[in-house]
Amino acid sequence: MLDGAEGEAVRRALAYQLEVGRFFGAEEFVEITNAHMMGDIEVLGDTGLAFLKEMRDLGARARIPITTNARCIDFAWAERLGQDATECGKEREVIATLADMNILTTDTCINYQTLYQPHLNERVAWGDTGTCIYANSVFGARTNFESGPAAMASAITGRTPAYGFQLDRLRIGSFIVDISGAALVDLADWGALGKIVGEGHQSYYAVPVFTGFRRPPLADELKQLGCALASYGSMGMFHMVGVTPQARTVEEAFGGAVSSAVERMVIDDAGIAAVYRRFSLGGGDAKLVVFSGPQLSLFEMKTLSELFAGRKVARGTSCFVTTSNGVISAARKLGYMQPLEDAGVAVLEGVCFYILQNLSPMREKNGWQNMVSNSAKIVNIIGAHRFNTILRRTAECVEIACTGQLA
Amino acid sequence: MSAPLLTIALSRAFGPVVEGEAVVSDEGFSPRYDLDRWTGLISKPGHKLEGTNIRDKICFFPTAKGGIAAGWAFNDIKGKGIAPKAFIFGVTNPVMVQGAVLAGIVISEGWSPDPRNVLRTGDWVRVDPARLVVELLRRAA
Repeated sequence: MLDGAEGEAVRRALAYQLEVGRFFGAEEFVEITNAHMMGDIEVLGDTGLAFLKEMRDLGARARIPITTNARCIDFAWAERLGQDATECGKEREVIATLADMNILTTDTCINYQTLYQPHLNERVAWGDTGTCIYANSVFGARTNFESGPAAMASAITGRTPAYGFQLDRLRIGSFIVDISGAALVDLADWGALGKIVGEGHQSYYAVPVFTGFRRPPLADELKQLGCALASYGSMGMFHMVGVTPQARTVEEAFGGAVSSAVERMVIDDAGIAAVYRRFSLGGGDAKLVVFSGPQLSLFEMKTLSELFAGRKVARGTSCFVTTSNGVISAARKLGYMQPLEDAGVAVLEGVCFYILQNLSPMREKNGWQNMVSNSAKIVNIIGAHRFNTILRRTAECVEIACTGQLA
Repeated sequence: MSAPLLTIALSRAFGPVVEGEAVVSDEGFSPRYDLDRWTGLISKPGHKLEGTNIRDKICFFPTAKGGIAAGWAFNDIKGKGIAPKAFIFGVTNPVMVQGAVLAGIVISEGWSPDPRNVLRTGDWVRVDPARLVVELLRRAA
């Protein structure tokens, strides 16, 4: 490949991967079966779009299945949201260019719930971080955080450098988190748990081992936990004893006997409650409630549909939900969309709220100061757009949306 | 060339030799969470460097935060002319490296001694990735 026999695009992709692998001391490449990439105009910019076009024109083509992450524009909503027509045009160019390279523009950050579930030890190249931590932890598959250019290069060459979570030795636990004292009754509680653990251990290589769950967690709960760990702690993997496949016992999670010196955290209901208390209410406004980051599963859509049934989003308040094309399609078929739409909830397709093109001007135009959400990830990640963010449980978020008052 | 005032050893690094003004942060960094990618200003409310512009700077961050965006975002800010000259991390994550390599921005991980103890924002430093060192050339005025 490096000699250009498979074309210039393959040569460039592999040369790039070699440089990244060299940084991490990777000794070999490993073949992968699936890739997932971020690529939208908000993060690509004109430079990134030009890069994609150049690679396409050089003959770049994915040789394994690769899907795309949430993007920054839902074209059906762009005008209503005041998004820039020029950028919308560029986003269409991004989508067309990716499609030309045999990339499936699925536009979802919950591929692990809706598109592809790799098996134990299957090697993939996934980003965003929420997809990565879910693949490593819940499926026992192997991936590093593979950003847009890295995942794309992996799909073009069919391989990735073997470092980080591709290696056995970095997949073992580094500290214990006892959650037996936490009821964790809402999705937001699982995010709050991830916030506490992630903030206290900001390292890609820190692998928490959770013990003592009170009931088997649901996929959506593990999704919120993983996204929060990845967001607050930049973590790529966790174990949960009795839940995740490489942690049938604590010893297995640690790859052998557990040292008595290993750090042990205890997180209980009081700790979770303290997370909520620490969010400042800012100016006290409740003009924006967001269910997004990550996109919602069908089950989350059902819950929200029931909570919003017969109610209306308060005048002066905006409420957004984001999910994938597939989930929206199923939700409509099952009757979950109508109550949301009747309530005035904006259900956006194929996007995530925090990456919406033009978000900062949108915030200013609408006078949004506070953003309320049940996602611990999004309340962390949206900071550069200068929102004051508030984490609340799901039903409380619905109540705030419908009353326009901070509960 | 005069002898450096002090030297910081790096564990791994990528890119060419660069020289510039140091920005030393006590807090981690993500281009998605913290940076206004149209001006180069650290814009997250409450970030310890809020209001600081990282353009052409040698940035020292103890950790990487988040996030997959850096893969494209570093190339984007390079294209916009607002990129720093180098990212020097205590602990980084692969996304930062993937992004910096694509953009051709110097990046490193691992340091000794901790620059937060020996450097100040405004100091003039040189990064030599091949030799795995950061050298202090002169103190901030």
